[in-house]
Amino acid sequence: MTWGAVLALAAGTYLLRLAGVVLRGRLTVPERVERYLDLGATALLVALVATAALTEAGGFAGWARPAGVGVAVVAAWWRVPFVLVVVLAAATTAGLRLLGVS
Amino acid sequence: MRAIRRTFEPDDVRDALALAAAIGLVGVSFGALAAAAGVPPALTVALSVLVFAGGSQFLLVAVLSGGGSVVAAVLGGLLLNARLLPYGLAMAPVIADRWPARLLGAHLMIDEAVAFSRARGTGKRARSAFWLSSLLLFVVWNACAVVGMAIGSAVPDTAVFGVDAAFPAALAALILPSLRRADTARVGLVAAIAALAATPVLPAGTPVLVGLVGLVAAGRFRTRVAS
Repeated sequence: MTWGAVLALAAGTYLLRLAGVVLRGRLTVPERVERYLDLGATALLVALVATAALTEAGGFAGWARPAGVGVAVVAAWWRVPFVLVVVLAAATTAGLRLLGVS
Repeated sequence: MRAIRRTFEPDDVRDALALAAAIGLVGVSFGALAAAAGVPPALTVALSVLVFAGGSQFLLVAVLSGGGSVVAAVLGGLLLNARLLPYGLAMAPVIADRWPARLLGAHLMIDEAVAFSRARGTGKRARSAFWLSSLLLFVVWNACAVVGMAIGSAVPDTAVFGVDAAFPAALAALILPSLRRADTARVGLVAAIAALAATPVLPAGTPVLVGLVGLVAAGRFRTRVAS
């Protein structure tokens, strides 16, 4: 680990963040494009949830984690309070692992 | 406390604290991992504060402590963070109207704050939700990384507590309401399938970007989309 690596990653990451914000600030975006930008953010978040819930290092993450996330999705769909949703997910996954399910 | 109640919805404060608790545990494990890998404390704090994007922080420490090259580690981290660019495109009007605030808000923009804010639309409440969640997460993430460093190897394996499920579960709960709309549901479904199909063959970070192909399912644009 070196300062060079940390500072390069920090600078690059901030430029990525800033690029989107600056571009949007400089352009007048038609309503149709605005919808695609909003849907794009949703697409990325859903893709992130799917890969984080189901995969680990390019392969299947095992059953315990997707089961916890699945319970959370059902709970959220039934409008269970957010705090409880997060606790339910962790508790389900932790419980399954306690029982030997990876 | 009263000022906080005046500025933010009490429900939003409660939910942001729950989100912060989940992220705090991940932050502790990051600090512990960095300490175990022999990263100097000042460097770990700099990485956490200046990069402030969890996945790429873990990646950098893992690749470099495993003897990988600096170039590979930095490029891998940037690939993982590439989604921040389209986030910025979507979030700029929500973050702030003025530049100094936008410059700061850009750095605080992470998945959880974007999802937390978007769950509250695009208006005034979405803006206060963005700042509430992003500032809280920034403070908690970095403080917890320091705690993790300090207790080091005494940190138990967080997988035992299901923390790895709490992160995607919190994000899922935040984006679920928007998926009740037909067009976002279609886009989300295709995005998830595409990202999962890409996972075994593409390097870390890129499958999430592949999720953007979900936009092909957006359908025709109609003015005055019901919201």
